[in-house]
Amino acid sequence: MKLDSMYQEVILDHYKHPHGRGLRDGDAEVHHVNPTCGDEITLRVKYEGSQITDVSYEGQGCSISQASASVLNELLVGKQLAEAQKIQETFLELMQSKGRIEPDDAMEEILEDAVAFAGVSKYPARVKCALLSWMAWKDATAQALGEADAERKTA
Amino acid sequence: MTQLPGLLDTEAIRKDFPVLDRLVHDDKKLVYLDNAATSQKPRQVLDALSEYYERYNANVHRGVHVLAEEATALYEGARDKVATFINAPSRDEVIFTKNASESLNLVANMLGWADEPYRVDHETEIVITEMEHHSNIVPWQLLSQRTGAKLKWFGLTDDGRLDLSNINEVINEKTKIVSFVLVSNILGTFNPVEAIVRRAQEVGALVLIDASQAAPHMPLDVQALQADFVAFTGHKMCGPTGIGVLWGRQELLEDLPPFLGGGEMIETVSMHSSTYAPAPHKFEAGTPPIAQAVGLGAAIDYLSAIGMEKIAAHEHALTEYAVKRLQEVPDLKIIGPTTAEDRGAAISFTLGDIHPHDVGQVLDEQGIAVRVGHHCARPVCLRYGIPATTRASFYLYSTPGEIDALVEGLEHVRNFFG
Repeated sequence: MKLDSMYQEVILDHYKHPHGRGLRDGDAEVHHVNPTCGDEITLRVKYEGSQITDVSYEGQGCSISQASASVLNELLVGKQLAEAQKIQETFLELMQSKGRIEPDDAMEEILEDAVAFAGVSKYPARVKCALLSWMAWKDATAQALGEADAERKTA
Repeated sequence: MTQLPGLLDTEAIRKDFPVLDRLVHDDKKLVYLDNAATSQKPRQVLDALSEYYERYNANVHRGVHVLAEEATALYEGARDKVATFINAPSRDEVIFTKNASESLNLVANMLGWADEPYRVDHETEIVITEMEHHSNIVPWQLLSQRTGAKLKWFGLTDDGRLDLSNINEVINEKTKIVSFVLVSNILGTFNPVEAIVRRAQEVGALVLIDASQAAPHMPLDVQALQADFVAFTGHKMCGPTGIGVLWGRQELLEDLPPFLGGGEMIETVSMHSSTYAPAPHKFEAGTPPIAQAVGLGAAIDYLSAIGMEKIAAHEHALTEYAVKRLQEVPDLKIIGPTTAEDRGAAISFTLGDIHPHDVGQVLDEQGIAVRVGHHCARPVCLRYGIPATTRASFYLYSTPGEIDALVEGLEHVRNFFG
């Protein structure tokens, strides 16, 4: 069934057992919403130099948005900023692919559990759900590290 | 097949709506339960649109050639049809807009720029309700911010109805305008017009009724409502998108200033000043949605031939059946009235803690189209402490079988996320 391509076991697992949920101390906090469906997330980032020591979050929303935040936490905490940005960009590329990218081994190595979202990219209405926490993280990071600094590193 | 008293001959009606035959996701029969968002269009409306473009297309109120005359007659003929449909005392009280949002914004702007006694300013108050669509909230917030007028609203009871217990306080001598929805697009609630209008009249406030979810579904009589303005949209009542209506009492339309300026709305123009055409043209600047008005006229012919009383009875029977069947689904909670009394055919619900977005996705996979989200009525979701709802909404072509399909679909959703 096609639905299974969206609701991969990995995604449902993260939805039912989210990683790192709850708000903890951070360097910056952002609140992002998806106005069409009411998904919301409050997300904080904590850095030590350029290392991500925590991404904490609280929110409400569909399984895709919640699972995506959980995967983000699992993937990014402990990483260096540059590496995290690489993951974020790769995830963005996958989500904007309209189902045309079949993740290869290289992509799977970068994205780990996040490759499970490949199927979501076929559903335009749900792409924003999957990206909500990732956009929030990017925004929070820019705020925590200084807008110009983060922008330059992203570009 | 489930038979209920009062149902229309849906087998015959559905033949008029080509899209209802569509299969989706390869082989699933479309079950279209998103009628509160927009209705499907019958062949008669589609034909009227293409016939207009194929035979008559011209700009209206301008040329002297044959097509211009015929296009004008068709456009103005549509106005006559709307006037009859809503029992307007005069056809000149029917203003064409692009949708209900524009109709509501138009009234807010008329009042913002009006002279006394209509003027909304910092010493006056505006009254709406907590169950309004965003299109009947934001224009008033804008007006309030621009004029300093105080924006007030009626809250909601736990069972999804307006809390009018403090009506004399909320609507008072300072109130200039009371704007409320006749049938809620999210709760389905049919609101008690008479009580609100009576109080507004006592204090000399104007009344605007948003009839977007009423006009498609029941007889609408603007004289019986005793409102000053009534707004609705064409695309929810079998008409095309891009055409809405604002009905207003004639003397108000004469007194109130125009909002948009441009062609058609003028009498004379010099470089220093202009005078305006009489209503309704005063409020229809620029080339209007001509084909869309003609399409709306065809939709009105279609609905009238079936009969609005019969359509209302059909939907009432479906709603009664749906609230009963839906409440058999474990963990399902209806947000809004839980009986069919004083309610329209839009039913919102939550399903345990499964997010509506996920409910809608799994239903879609089975060909069932519902709306999920806050339905442009976010304050209602906040009021009931929920992020969003799933909404099923019916129309004249909906069947008990489709409600059964929805209930089965919801069982599948529960299993999927269980």
